[in-house]
Amino acid sequence: MQEMTVKGVRIDDTFAEAFGMRATAVLITADSIRWARQAALTMTGFATSVIGCGCEAGVAGEVAAEQTPDRRPGVRVLLFAVSTAELQKQLQARVAQCVLTSPGSACYAGLDGEETLRLGNALRYFGDGWQISKRFGSKHYWRIPVMDGEFLCEATTGLTKQAVGGGNLLIVGRTTQTTLAAAEVASAAIAKVPDVIAPFPGGIVRSGSKVGSKYKGVPASTNHAYCPTLRGAVVTALDPGAACVLEIVIDGLTSNAVAAAMAAGVAAIIELGPERGAMRISAGNYGGKLGPHHYHLRNLLP
Amino acid sequence: MNPLVLTLRERPDQRLDLASLVPHRLAGMTVAEIEKIELQTTRRRVVLADVFRLRMGEAAHIRIEASSNRLDRIGHEMAGGEIVVEGDVGAWAGRLMADGHLTIHGSAGPWAASGMKGGTMEILGDAGDRLGGPAAGETAGMRGGIVLVRGRVGERAGDRMRRGTIVVEGAAGPYAGSRMIAGTLVVVGRTGPLPGYLMRRGTIVLDEGSDCMSPTFIDCGVHDLVTARLTAGFIAPYSARAARLFSTPLRRFAGDMAALGKGEIFTRP
Repeated sequence: MQEMTVKGVRIDDTFAEAFGMRATAVLITADSIRWARQAALTMTGFATSVIGCGCEAGVAGEVAAEQTPDRRPGVRVLLFAVSTAELQKQLQARVAQCVLTSPGSACYAGLDGEETLRLGNALRYFGDGWQISKRFGSKHYWRIPVMDGEFLCEATTGLTKQAVGGGNLLIVGRTTQTTLAAAEVASAAIAKVPDVIAPFPGGIVRSGSKVGSKYKGVPASTNHAYCPTLRGAVVTALDPGAACVLEIVIDGLTSNAVAAAMAAGVAAIIELGPERGAMRISAGNYGGKLGPHHYHLRNLLP
Repeated sequence: MNPLVLTLRERPDQRLDLASLVPHRLAGMTVAEIEKIELQTTRRRVVLADVFRLRMGEAAHIRIEASSNRLDRIGHEMAGGEIVVEGDVGAWAGRLMADGHLTIHGSAGPWAASGMKGGTMEILGDAGDRLGGPAAGETAGMRGGIVLVRGRVGERAGDRMRRGTIVVEGAAGPYAGSRMIAGTLVVVGRTGPLPGYLMRRGTIVLDEGSDCMSPTFIDCGVHDLVTARLTAGFIAPYSARAARLFSTPLRRFAGDMAALGKGEIFTRP
């Protein structure tokens, strides 16, 4: 494999392989940003990977009060799934259990789309006949009586079929501390890119997986080629100095958004440099035959 | 933009039916064709040129000048474009209007915006009885769009309204929002007796309250609801006065319990 070195950080000449996904977005508002964040975090807590969680979800950014429909502070959440049916199921369950329940919350469409998913149209039945439909211009809302007043929820939200899931960066470092520092700056840089999320804890995953396992019925297992403790025992992807690998997985509403997020992450890691951060950046793929979207690291360099 | 201007020569001696003078019907017509449009409502034939001076322009923008309250059905089934009226209009202005803008720099007669489906109608003067109401035999009145009345309205504003928004900046007569099926009616001025009479669903917002609230509306207490913020945001571009109403918590009355009882009237606490 050819390599490039930028400011002391080695960049593998490889690519991240990503897949088409269905995605939607909602805007959650509350009386304070604290409670808008709380509802969003609760809704996206167990949503790291479609393998085990049904969807991948995360906070795409905060929205100033002046820009939300009810002039209260808001948080925009993105959800990604492999099918429209699963996305609808996850959206409905998560808004019902995590946003409807959160004090003072309201929930609006976070995405315009020709195709829509049911939001308030599905949750209105919680009102047990006391729900109220309101239309203002082209917007349709449901008001559902709850114990702190009313839960206001837009009837539908948009769906996109142009979304991409599985953009990634593999960050290789000499110690766990420096590698984590590099992953943190990359995660922070990616959080500023619109229309993307990094669904793992704090945007970072330490247990990258490969497809399949030696055990029957286990769909994914540890990516042994990147496990530093197995470096001498297996065919490894790591060089002798590497002691830690962290991955950032990126889902975006568009392919361009994923590319922009990966570029922002790479730039942040390079900026931190090899002494305080990572010695090497790589990316995960399956040989290029499974996913239609390929993000070559050499095209993302600052 | 060069509007098509119709100037009334004098107050007509019979009521005239202006239903055919809407942008989508005049589009593509010549001056001669427009001048021959019949407007009479009695057996005495009246063509447009008899009563109006016509200055040709784009049919999408119609101006009616020196209007009179004998001109009925202005903006009938209007599907787009704009009609601006200088002066008063008669009955049924904007009836079944679906889109576009109808502005009346004067007062409107009864049944303005009757059965309106969409678009924007603004009346700078007063409006008569049954604003947005249904015609005889119809089960629903206004079912979309927004109506703004800067002056007062007569009895039963929003009668059998099903959808859409009415904002009245002046006072309203008795039975405002009677038999409402849904939709939103905001009255900034004082409202006559029994607002929301037999309403099923829908929202009435009263700034200065009513002369007599029906005992079949039940006090639900004072609330600061997100829906008030959305309503304010929606009507603010049309009426800053009405939008200000929502800046404080409002008292909610549920009713009419003599009907379905799922409607509401908001008032100052």
